[in-house]
Amino acid sequence: MIDFEPSEEQALIVETVHAFAENEIRPLCRVADEAGAPPKNVVEAAHELGLVANSLPEAHGGGGERSAMTGVLIAEELAWGDLAIALAILSPGLLGFPVADFGSESLQKEILPGLVGDAFVPGSLAIVEPRFDFDVFHPQTTAKRDGDEYLLDGVKCQVPWLEGGRHVAVIAREEAGLAAFVLARDHAGLQAEPELKMGICGLPTSEVTFSSVRVPAEARLSASDDEIRQMINRGRIALAAAGVGTARASFEVARDYAKERETFGQPIATRQAIAFKLADMAIEIDGARLLVWEAAAALDRGEDVSRLARLAYDQTMRIALTVTDGAVQVYGGHGYIREYLPELHLRNIAGFASFETLALV
Amino acid sequence: MPIDFELSEGSKLAQAHYRQVAVDQMRPISRKYDLAEHHLPTEWVDYWWDEGRFSFHDKAENKTAPNDGFVTVCLQAEELCWGDAGLYLRMPTPALGGSAVSSAGTNEQREQFMSAFREKGGHPIWGAMAITEPQAGSDAAAIETTADFDADTEEWILNGTKIFCTAGEGASTADGGFIVVWATIDKSAGRGGIKSFVVMANTPGMELIGCEKKLGIRASDTATLRFDNCRVPKENLLGSAEVRKKGPTKTGDKGFKGAMATFDASRPIVAAMATGVGGAALDFLKEELENQGIQIRYDTPPRELTAIERDVIEMEAELQAARLLTWRAAWMMNTGKRNNLEASMAKAKAGLAVTKITQKTVQILGPVGYSKKLLVEKWMRDAKINDIYEGTQQINQLIVARRILDYPSAMLR
Repeated sequence: MIDFEPSEEQALIVETVHAFAENEIRPLCRVADEAGAPPKNVVEAAHELGLVANSLPEAHGGGGERSAMTGVLIAEELAWGDLAIALAILSPGLLGFPVADFGSESLQKEILPGLVGDAFVPGSLAIVEPRFDFDVFHPQTTAKRDGDEYLLDGVKCQVPWLEGGRHVAVIAREEAGLAAFVLARDHAGLQAEPELKMGICGLPTSEVTFSSVRVPAEARLSASDDEIRQMINRGRIALAAAGVGTARASFEVARDYAKERETFGQPIATRQAIAFKLADMAIEIDGARLLVWEAAAALDRGEDVSRLARLAYDQTMRIALTVTDGAVQVYGGHGYIREYLPELHLRNIAGFASFETLALV
Repeated sequence: MPIDFELSEGSKLAQAHYRQVAVDQMRPISRKYDLAEHHLPTEWVDYWWDEGRFSFHDKAENKTAPNDGFVTVCLQAEELCWGDAGLYLRMPTPALGGSAVSSAGTNEQREQFMSAFREKGGHPIWGAMAITEPQAGSDAAAIETTADFDADTEEWILNGTKIFCTAGEGASTADGGFIVVWATIDKSAGRGGIKSFVVMANTPGMELIGCEKKLGIRASDTATLRFDNCRVPKENLLGSAEVRKKGPTKTGDKGFKGAMATFDASRPIVAAMATGVGGAALDFLKEELENQGIQIRYDTPPRELTAIERDVIEMEAELQAARLLTWRAAWMMNTGKRNNLEASMAKAKAGLAVTKITQKTVQILGPVGYSKKLLVEKWMRDAKINDIYEGTQQINQLIVARRILDYPSAMLR
């Protein structure tokens, strides 16, 4: 039956995460952006909320409550605080979910308890490649079977590379299709170079080169080509939710500013040119959110979500760019100044044209 | 209940049922009544009156299956407008007149004016609502039609001219139907003086001047009506006769606010009608492309897609966003939540989305889209009205803006 109301439990989670985003994340988003790293204590405090751990399997110390719908609700609220810090907080899932879903028993034992322990341990997933014609479903990074081992070759970028991470998951192309591997960050032949980007600067990322990296066959996750595709779709849905959260934050600051800023003796929000722009923002944000929810609901029903994930992601990318650009415009000259949030939101959202699987649900 | 996007069994049955009605009863005569403007589409009107209005609920399994309430009403509107939006508006139903009576009337009034629409047999009748005047459309508070009370006969006397009255020909001329007419009982009171009155078909003093020739929805009778000392009984006033000049509206006063509340129910329906027309165009486009061997590649990076594929994917997202906003506004009706913000959001989004979708479809299909051999050009003409009636795009933006800014209407006009 059609229903748009989160469950009581979800509403409580949203309330908690929103309060956290408002009190802990938002005040430090500028600091994180300028420093190029998330504030450690904030990420650790978020870890204590168990946002990712709650979704990991009980057998390995997690909460065992995996729900894409709850995941997108959390992602939106965190990203409302700040996109980069949100992605840092959610990063254990980049490793934890693929390992939980497709890792061998021994790999799960090796990795999962660390992700749900007292200390925050970030995760990494290497998927995007530094080329204009990158196609996530046809990566150029290759995996070749060689006896009991695989040989990995290629270059990845936009790989979350937070301090303290131990493992990285990587998506490569095998003859039969997509394949996923997990290996230690300090594995021989793997080289990570920190990279600088236009936005989401609070999330440290690296360009990671794999030169004839040899991994044992056990390092390969059992995920089939289809299953990896579905994982990429999970990433798109999670990212879209974060995009909706960012757009919502941008809309809200623009709305509040428009009510304060006066021209010709009246708040600019009383002018249709501004008011209608804000109205359109509100409408588009709600529309995109519902597309994200619909895709998340389909995920939770176990359906193939390629189409819905695509629609939700593309729509979010489109409207979030319009919204964040609109917020800069509403602020006028101040929107261009780094003292205010609109320029930060705009830089963060501009990345959606190339982002893939920076978060998972 | 948790968030859920799955339609109930009964709603799915309704969706399938009305799609079939659209395919069997509407599409075959769609072009005929686009060309034969102002001719009564008798096949359709008779079908709906004799059979159509009962056909779904007459099946036992449809009655008992759980359904999504007002969402189902929207599904019906969407499917039938997928069939033909003009014919949908020509259906013998209480339509917006019914919405007004339902939201602002008493139980007695509902019984009095609506029961004829439920009875079997008889002849087709229509309901309608007359708000717009030559000088007042979006600014409904500026209407000039007057209603004066004659204490001797206990009647209201209506004087004025109404235009753009959808289904106004049928509702004013077929005995048993009615038109809800907005009029002021006290011009000095502004919007507080505006009330709505039920005028039964063929009431002396109400004259049908004619029907508009339009860009689209040509099967729909968009009437001009003149009221010249048109007398209606006291009981035909919807809501109270009290005029509130200032201050908050107290509960129970269903005057202007009551009349405006009609839109909370009607805007989601109009949004659903819009997605129906947009869906017709998009479905057809995808089918045509498929026939040409063009598959939409949802898993290919946008830069490698053709322009057509990118357009189609964007159109699909836009249409679905509009549909989901519509369902949300409708679902709020079910739960009794105040939905005027969400209803306006849905209407604004759907009106513009399908305007663009149908225009793009015509562009993509080139001469085929422009030709009257197919219905694509008609859908473009039909779609545009959805961004205008029941509150233009700009009026709905205004409503949304006031709500999100928490501004009273005086702050933002």
